[in-house]
Amino acid sequence: MATLLEQVEADPGLRPAVAGRNPWALAARRLWRNRIAMASLLLFLVIAVMCLAAPLYAHNVAHVNPFPPNLNGHTVVNGKVVPVMRQGGGVLHLGETPIGPTWDPSHYFLGADSLGRDMAALLLYGGRSSLLVGIGAAVLCSLAATVIALIAGFFGGVTDSLLSRLMDVIWAFPVYLLAICISTELLTHSNGFQFGPLHVQASSLWLPTIIIAFIYVPYVYRPMRGQVLSVVNKEFVEASTAQGAGNLRLIFSEILPNVVSTAIVLLPLMIATTILTEAALSFLGVGVQPPNVSWGTIIQDGTDLIYTRPWVTIAPGLMILLTVLSLNVLGDGVRDALDPRAKLRVEG
Amino acid sequence: MLTFIVRRLLWTVLVMFVITVVVFIIFFKTPGVDPARAIAGRNPNAQTLAEIRAQFGLDRPLPVQYGLMMKKIFITRDLVSYSNQGVRVVQEVFAATPATLSLVFGAAVLWVVLAIAVGIAATLFRGTVFDPLLMVVALVGISAPVFWVGQIANMITQGTLHGTFLFSWVPPLGYTPFTQNPALWFKGLVIPWITLSILYIGFYGRVLRANLLEVQNEDYIRTARAKGISERRVLLRHSLRTSMITFVSLFGLDFAVLVAGGALLTEVVFGIHGVGYLTWQALTNLDLPTIMATTIYGAFFIVLINAIVDIGYAWLDPRIRPT
Amino acid sequence: MTAPGQAAADTSAEPLLEVRDLKVSFRTEDGTVRAVDGVSLSLAPGETLGIVGESGSGKSVTMLSVMRLITDPNARFEGEVRYKGRDLMQLNRDQIQGVRGAGISMIFQDPMTSLNPVYRVGWQIEEQLRAHQQLSKQAAHARAIELLAAVGIPHPAQRVDDYPHHFSGGMRQRVMIAMAISCNPDILIADEPTTALDVTIQAQILGLIRKLRDDFGTAIVLITHDMGVVADLADRIAVMYAGRIIEQGTRRDIFYDARHPYTWGLLGSIARLDRPKPRRLTTIPGLPPSLLRLPKGCAFGARCPHRFGLCDERPELLDKVGDGHLDACHLDLKQKEDLRETTIHPELIEEAK
Repeated sequence: MATLLEQVEADPGLRPAVAGRNPWALAARRLWRNRIAMASLLLFLVIAVMCLAAPLYAHNVAHVNPFPPNLNGHTVVNGKVVPVMRQGGGVLHLGETPIGPTWDPSHYFLGADSLGRDMAALLLYGGRSSLLVGIGAAVLCSLAATVIALIAGFFGGVTDSLLSRLMDVIWAFPVYLLAICISTELLTHSNGFQFGPLHVQASSLWLPTIIIAFIYVPYVYRPMRGQVLSVVNKEFVEASTAQGAGNLRLIFSEILPNVVSTAIVLLPLMIATTILTEAALSFLGVGVQPPNVSWGTIIQDGTDLIYTRPWVTIAPGLMILLTVLSLNVLGDGVRDALDPRAKLRVEG
Repeated sequence: MLTFIVRRLLWTVLVMFVITVVVFIIFFKTPGVDPARAIAGRNPNAQTLAEIRAQFGLDRPLPVQYGLMMKKIFITRDLVSYSNQGVRVVQEVFAATPATLSLVFGAAVLWVVLAIAVGIAATLFRGTVFDPLLMVVALVGISAPVFWVGQIANMITQGTLHGTFLFSWVPPLGYTPFTQNPALWFKGLVIPWITLSILYIGFYGRVLRANLLEVQNEDYIRTARAKGISERRVLLRHSLRTSMITFVSLFGLDFAVLVAGGALLTEVVFGIHGVGYLTWQALTNLDLPTIMATTIYGAFFIVLINAIVDIGYAWLDPRIRPT
Repeated sequence: MTAPGQAAADTSAEPLLEVRDLKVSFRTEDGTVRAVDGVSLSLAPGETLGIVGESGSGKSVTMLSVMRLITDPNARFEGEVRYKGRDLMQLNRDQIQGVRGAGISMIFQDPMTSLNPVYRVGWQIEEQLRAHQQLSKQAAHARAIELLAAVGIPHPAQRVDDYPHHFSGGMRQRVMIAMAISCNPDILIADEPTTALDVTIQAQILGLIRKLRDDFGTAIVLITHDMGVVADLADRIAVMYAGRIIEQGTRRDIFYDARHPYTWGLLGSIARLDRPKPRRLTTIPGLPPSLLRLPKGCAFGARCPHRFGLCDERPELLDKVGDGHLDACHLDLKQKEDLRETTIHPELIEEAK
């Protein structure tokens, strides 16, 4: 009498229909089939490429350098040469109003801001900053949180208690208030941030990146630690230990691969969160610093022009909305792909 | 149940005490920082510094300093902000509190009601086009930065469409105390309420819908259906009831943070001088006394609201109640 | 040969419940799963029907479909379920809600999760009562206490205000039973009611079910994978495999005159105290077929030790001799009688050597 295994292998009629496939491949296939998630991924990539190509646009299409003020500049609208800052709008013709959107990609497509600068080019450069800070902070945060979670979950005991308490203390502060506090401290008191040999300039994009990464570490740490704990207790880790695997090997080959999926599921949502946070901090003046611009700083700049030149406010906000929306939809899709609710519920 | 409540509140008092100690240590005992300078704000002169040292007893032992500090905040309430022209800080925080509470409570009522409506609607219309539509709307709500929504709201209600009947009733930006003019208080808060709640309606609507769908697979829901009660009753009395447990605990966290000063973006955009606004100003001016006062205020509310939520949680889920 | 659904014994009475060629399938991303592939059953008033089968055989899905409790939007149903002159599959929502809990009740496998944790036990019983009967709150409350007493819960007047987590597993199952019989249903469906319980509690619960049946004359459908459970309680037994009924008959028929190799396998896997100890417990080799790709012929063919040429054609469930005992196997009666004992008890072959 052949063994069960032999029989199953011999007879195709006995094999289960869905043979064991690599879970990553299955997840990727599911994600690929999710058209809405794919569409949002595409949207996000289009936005990212557009923004990263900001210098290309500025030099080759609009032919401007959008950073220095351009109060006395001129541009061409409908074949006529017009000044970028026009004599006052409104009934009393008070003040100067920058030109509005011309809808001409090579000449102030979205108009000018209060310093006469090309809004369209600024928008793209702003996107560049926002995306770099957002993605950078999310990645940095996930890395840090994962490492801390691995250490805490793996070594347990006092190490775990200490690290978790530390995370709780950071977590206890309302996120935005903590960020504002740290930013202000670092931006005004010291010129930038000194950490041993590392010196980060106040005007560098790294500063908001690090700050935002820091404040969100507890939020990623908690689910990651939970995941690490559940894996650490599983038998295959015990088995590996029994085989003589050292700590480092255990952490990297057994535990890490199993918790990485949690980090991946969280990543699009984290990026969405960090982008929104950066925008808020920049709006308040404690995020991205001049000479850099970000979508948040542009919205702040647009406050003075809000009734006369609404596009200065609408455009960057819309970009944030679309970017974050696409990331949220993608995040949903990734979560569904890696962790689908069983669509089938057949019993007995 | 009563002992549970009393114990919880006593615990709250203890935690408050610990928080005040921690705040005190952070602000007064951070190595390398001279508390007198920090309190004095920018460009202190020698006389101010001496005055501060005397008032706060910086030469006296630590517990005395702590005691003096607590006295200034809680008892005599004459803690003064040096960077803000000697304004009395505690009074300032008290004065700002009604604005924040009005904003956050109103928005919370709005968002809880609408989030539940959205969550239930999405569940009822599952399978039709309304479900994904509602979810997209919810996602848009989550994805729009709240300060931008506020700016756009102002643009429309104060600017472009202000002349029309739709928004002519919207008063200029700012907060009117209820005791001064209830009608104006209300009219001035409607747009801020809507703005602040959009984000949360989106988030909580989605959370509730996800919970309701997950709960559908629970055994006790199957039992409820097998009993022959109506689908509506199953949804409202069984699914919703158990989904509210998660909803309430999340709500508690968010609500507490907002009251503690987390609504600052909305307050800044709409010119509402609440605690969030105050905190932000204090932080950007490094006005230490004000920061201390708002931190303690914030901590107090977070701890209090968490206690209330815990009690509410125990009421909602009998398994948690101590026997 | 009589077709299934016509109970030879009690043809004078209309069957209380009649399932005619029920098919239930689920669309999944890997294809269509045929969970129930043409099942026909009948239940007479007061009768106890046992449905036996392994996990995945379709026994639970069949009865859940009868109650219209399958909410998966990817489910497809065919066939008829006749109860009191109506086809339950065609009823609208209000009508089926009227039947559930009142005409036909169901209790489930895991008592730990089958009761709503946030409501008192009495409240949950009262909810069912007041959904089907015009009772005041006080009357319903009193009735709930009576029901708890009837199912053997001590101090029912105090316990009625307790929450489910104050009860043990066995007690919770009693509460479930109390709820299920509260409106005097014609039929009680018990889906693996004792699987999640200790053996001693199992006996108590089965005893309770029997007592209630005897007292109230309720018809019972008892779903289980455990032959021992039906041995005592069932009047008739249907054996399911891969979504089909492969044998159906009285208790005596199944235990002493089984006419299908799968049933022989099931009987053989019961450890018996009254037989010589076998060297190994007999198992049925192989695995059930995937419900995504059911074989064209006999579903059990791949694992059957007696498979032959005809088995490439799907056997119909038929009463070949006219005695009310149906089976779906191409072997003829003589062959079955010859093969039965040695298939069930292969150690007999060993002994004979």
